[in-house]
Amino acid sequence: MSGVSKRYGGVTALKEADLSVTPGRIHAVLGENGAGKSTLIKIMAGVVAPDEGMITLDGKPVSFATPAAANAAGIVCVFQELSLIPDLTAADNIIISNPPQRFGMIDRKAQRALAEQALAAAGTADIHPFALVRDLSLSRRQMVEIAKALARRPRVLILDEATSALTAADVRNVFGVIKRLRAEGTAIVYISHRMHEIAELADDCTVFRNGRKIATYAAGSKTDTEVVELMIGREYKNVFPPKSTAARPETPALSCRNLSWSGRLNDISFSLHAGEVVGLGGLDGQGQRELLLAMFGVLRGVTGQIEVAGKPASLADPEAAKSGAAAMALIPEDRKIEGLMLPMSIAENLCFAALDRVSSRGIIDRSKQAERVAAMIELLKIKVVDPDLPVSSLSGGNQQKVVIAKWLMNDPRIVLLNDPMRGIDVGTKQELYALLRKLADEGVAILFYSTDYDELIGCCDRVMVMYDGAIVRTLEGDAITEHALVASALNISEAPPA
Amino acid sequence: MKDWRYWLAENKNTLVAIALFLFMFIIYASNHPAGFTANVVQTSANKATLLAFVAMAQAIVIITAGIDLSVGMILTLANCLASWIVVGTMGETLLGIAGVLLAGALCGALNGLIVIFGRLQPIVTTIATGAMFYGVALLLRPFPGGSVNETLADAMTGKLFGIFPASFAALIAVILVVWVPYSRSAIGRAAYAAGSAEQAAYMSGMPVRLAKFTAYVLSGLLSAIGGLYLTFFSYTGEAAYASGSTYTLFSIAAVVLGGVSLMGGRGSAIGAVFGALAFRTIGDLLFVFDFDPLWQPLFQGVVLLLAVSISAVGLLRVRNKLEWFP
Repeated sequence: MSGVSKRYGGVTALKEADLSVTPGRIHAVLGENGAGKSTLIKIMAGVVAPDEGMITLDGKPVSFATPAAANAAGIVCVFQELSLIPDLTAADNIIISNPPQRFGMIDRKAQRALAEQALAAAGTADIHPFALVRDLSLSRRQMVEIAKALARRPRVLILDEATSALTAADVRNVFGVIKRLRAEGTAIVYISHRMHEIAELADDCTVFRNGRKIATYAAGSKTDTEVVELMIGREYKNVFPPKSTAARPETPALSCRNLSWSGRLNDISFSLHAGEVVGLGGLDGQGQRELLLAMFGVLRGVTGQIEVAGKPASLADPEAAKSGAAAMALIPEDRKIEGLMLPMSIAENLCFAALDRVSSRGIIDRSKQAERVAAMIELLKIKVVDPDLPVSSLSGGNQQKVVIAKWLMNDPRIVLLNDPMRGIDVGTKQELYALLRKLADEGVAILFYSTDYDELIGCCDRVMVMYDGAIVRTLEGDAITEHALVASALNISEAPPA
Repeated sequence: MKDWRYWLAENKNTLVAIALFLFMFIIYASNHPAGFTANVVQTSANKATLLAFVAMAQAIVIITAGIDLSVGMILTLANCLASWIVVGTMGETLLGIAGVLLAGALCGALNGLIVIFGRLQPIVTTIATGAMFYGVALLLRPFPGGSVNETLADAMTGKLFGIFPASFAALIAVILVVWVPYSRSAIGRAAYAAGSAEQAAYMSGMPVRLAKFTAYVLSGLLSAIGGLYLTFFSYTGEAAYASGSTYTLFSIAAVVLGGVSLMGGRGSAIGAVFGALAFRTIGDLLFVFDFDPLWQPLFQGVVLLLAVSISAVGLLRVRNKLEWFP
């Protein structure tokens, strides 16, 4: 691939990227969240089309309109988000793109034999070919996904975080398979956040950052510290408000003890104080989202205790969480699905979390609503032509302001934020950072999950880093550095340089 | 686990539907004043066959996570058309049957094209096209009338070898000729995949569009077979709006009773057929126990609600409440 670029709206996801992979070698691709790795492989696999640049295969330029076209050319990708059909069997899924047929019908016997071959090649003969995918555990599904890729006899195999859901034994298996494929002359692109996996497998490494290729080097020629430095780069803008140094009250506004849930959250304990902005860090999908949902009463079967202002609280659902002493608010990750009723008006959306505050005896008081809506629009400087227009008419940044304002209208004591700044322009971000700090200074406790390390460093008094459903490290004050964050997120114990 | 246990798990819903039907039918037949005779079976089969065809049609579309609210109107249209052209000599009659089936398939193809290329929602599309099909039916038969080749009609609704109901044999033949090859073809598998996880199906390079189109065409075809059978029973054609709408609604009820998931991706048309048979048996049960026929809608509703409740039990196990709102 050379000079490949891709833009989504105004956001450049990938800029003039180059990558070349050689048969019989494993090429590791590294980078932070949002560095452009996913876009890169989506282009290679024919899922999205590049805006610029070209892809050559065996020296000939190619372009793939669909994933099927890429597959036909021998490029097969094991995606991070599984591409399996839950209601079909393992065998159906493995042989999905090209099942053996007789008289126009799928030859089930032949299919079963092929599926068994592929499962054996992936080292997972324990999965029955007739098992429904939806009945398999996440790690078994991942193995089916790998078997499916093998069944297509790839010339270029792309593995995107393919081991993230696997057990240690499966990882050994998969490594064996990958090494065998390399020996057989397959070109392999390997994306992982696990440094020791890359150290074991990779022949070449390429680092991406902010959608650009930063460096390509032979594996083993750089130390972990140097690699981390390449990944985080040196871009730092002073968009953050000064942190507060005021003393915090003795009793925490909220404390969690030994929270666990369904194997995805493991024994989490921490407290939040009024006036504090506490960050949640780590790689994507280490349980941060589940932790916020557990606190907000969305998950069932959570064990452990939650105390609000020193007293045990039972937060059975979002309605309980937002009312009473907790007065919690959760700013969701996907504002379009969990935050806004897009076709309804800005004013209506602003009032959804605090309807009891603008109504009397169950009837919404139009004048009270108009008053509070105007106050919120003023406070957050939401750029609104008319509050009665649908909220979908606003830009992304202003929509996000509406989501936040909706919760502020309920006067929350505890605000949970689930990576709220994604896809928002820098100016709006800066205003929201200032707003968070202002809320904290007014005595609100804030828990802020972000995938952007700069944000965690700039906004937070403390940062708790999660890995595999547990808090592995808590960084405080000056200890919150990019080095420390990246190293903790990868769960490598190496001490950061001074 | 053994192979057959996986097979059982995969086909659990269909087997439950078959068991439900057998349970109800045995109660019915053992309490029937005439006992379990060929005549009792023939009468039940004739009543249930129509709904069974329409339920199959509905199931095939619902498996792709769509819905076809025009099935009842395609049936009505086929009935009106058949009352004009399924007449005369054997050759003319056969040609007429082919014409009726072709018309049904074309109706289905129109639905499919609009849903796939117009990207309109199936529910709205098929309400609209259903009204159009009914309009054509009215033009064909402003008043009830027409006729059908009675020799053929009697043969298709009578008994084979004096025992086995012919309508049932036709139903089995259609399942073997249409459903079995379809469900085992690559297209049929793509249809299940599209209903289960359309994005994953696309990412796996499956022919998603062709599969959905085929599903709508088959739905039209099967509804037209239902319309032919209506003509064989009634010897006449009638553009009856209420009857068309009722078939559409009952087809959805039968599909649900038959263990096909309304979310798509799960179940089989065979389950839907048994769902239809079970749904029809409710009325017969009321008859043998001497209930006033006025009770029938109430009982059908209760049975349907109970069946749906059973399939909702899985929601009690959900650990993340957001999964309640797909």
